[in-house]
Amino acid sequence: MSYGKLEVLRGIDIDVMPSELVFVIGPSGSGKSTFLRCCNRLEEPATGEIIVDGTSITARGADLNAIRRRIGMVFQSFNLYPHLTAGGNVMLALRKVLGKPKAEARLIAEAALDRVGLADKIDNYPNQLSGGQQQRAAIARALALEPKIMLFDEPTSALDPELVGDVLNVMAELKKAGMTMVVVSHEMRFAKAAADRVIFMDGGVIVEQGAPADLFANPQHQRTRDFVRQVEH
Amino acid sequence: MTQYERFLDTFFNPAVMAQYFPKIVEGLLVTCQIAILVVVSGILFGLALALLRSYRWAPVNLVIIFFVDIFRALPPLVLILILYFGLPNVGLTMSGYIVLWLVLTCVLAAFSEEIFWAGILSVDKGQWMASRSTGMSYTQTLLNVVMPQAIRLTIPPLTNRTIAITKNTALGMVIGVDELLNEATTAQAFSGNATPLMMGAIAYLILFVPVVYLGRYIEHRFAWRKV
Repeated sequence: MSYGKLEVLRGIDIDVMPSELVFVIGPSGSGKSTFLRCCNRLEEPATGEIIVDGTSITARGADLNAIRRRIGMVFQSFNLYPHLTAGGNVMLALRKVLGKPKAEARLIAEAALDRVGLADKIDNYPNQLSGGQQQRAAIARALALEPKIMLFDEPTSALDPELVGDVLNVMAELKKAGMTMVVVSHEMRFAKAAADRVIFMDGGVIVEQGAPADLFANPQHQRTRDFVRQVEH
Repeated sequence: MTQYERFLDTFFNPAVMAQYFPKIVEGLLVTCQIAILVVVSGILFGLALALLRSYRWAPVNLVIIFFVDIFRALPPLVLILILYFGLPNVGLTMSGYIVLWLVLTCVLAAFSEEIFWAGILSVDKGQWMASRSTGMSYTQTLLNVVMPQAIRLTIPPLTNRTIAITKNTALGMVIGVDELLNEATTAQAFSGNATPLMMGAIAYLILFVPVVYLGRYIEHRFAWRKV
């Protein structure tokens, strides 16, 4: 994928390889989330081009709904549908977008929830789940559509510390299974362990990027050094 | 005659009660019928307007807001009189029954549109994003994700507003609709006794108290889960 120039974000131009886990870090307001939302056009880039799996999603007349279902997205605040069970959350797009019959959608939902360790919670409503379980259900909702790439927007920031591990484990499993992932997060230990590449953003630009070991141990820019020092304490 | 007996004779005269009971029941049925029609058409119309408004087409929204503001601002009686006594002069004659139904439907639609719209706006933006990110269209998101949550929030104000507006069926009296209050006042005039009015009041209670309870029950049922 490549991301052309964006106006709020300036001069973002990167490629994400298949099965790559790209980790995006940076101070709040640096444009990380905006960048992520541009990747499925929840945010409209003013100019530039975004290509996902060979299809330009910024092209005029691009079928956004068709493109989006191949791009899974996980949000900081989970955004599960509160009026539906965990299974219902996973099944909704399967039914409405892919037109699957109920029984088949249910089987897919079972498999997706099983993958995130929530097979027994399929009939629970979101308010009956812990934060970590809710986020895993949200991951299952995205996974059920068999996306080519998964976008994570601070997936653990709203979680109690003891629940973070479960979500990160699921993400590590996804990585192992070869999923292409772009992750905006402050979980530096996870970045070191699982990321192929870390991008440091500040003020709407990519300040520097590199393998996690290099970027954390040996940042080239002062801004990166300051940020890495801050978050490591 | 003691004060107490006079009170009973004025409001609970058994002979008058027996004589006008059938008329009061007829009036109650008419009121009931108009009320049900108004509730169904008014709420559906209001819901349709709110859904339409959510697409944010500027010209359409301008018309909706204009309609809503007018029907919320004007007293229903004014509208009823204009339609019933004014329109025949331009060659459009409607029965009192139709005028009453039409006006109350539009008033309820205007208020319920605002209530539904407030409900739609109150649904967290994250819900839209989550749904759209799975490839659901705007309309699919609106109907499957947003409205089920919005409607839950609209139940209490909608119940109150619906009761307030359906009570206005009594305005039908002014234009000769043979609804409950009309039957009661007619009976009162013929009998020279206020008992039919008391019967009318009791009949209104019989009609609306269950609605109040139903509203409370629905409100309770819909308050099931906090987000």
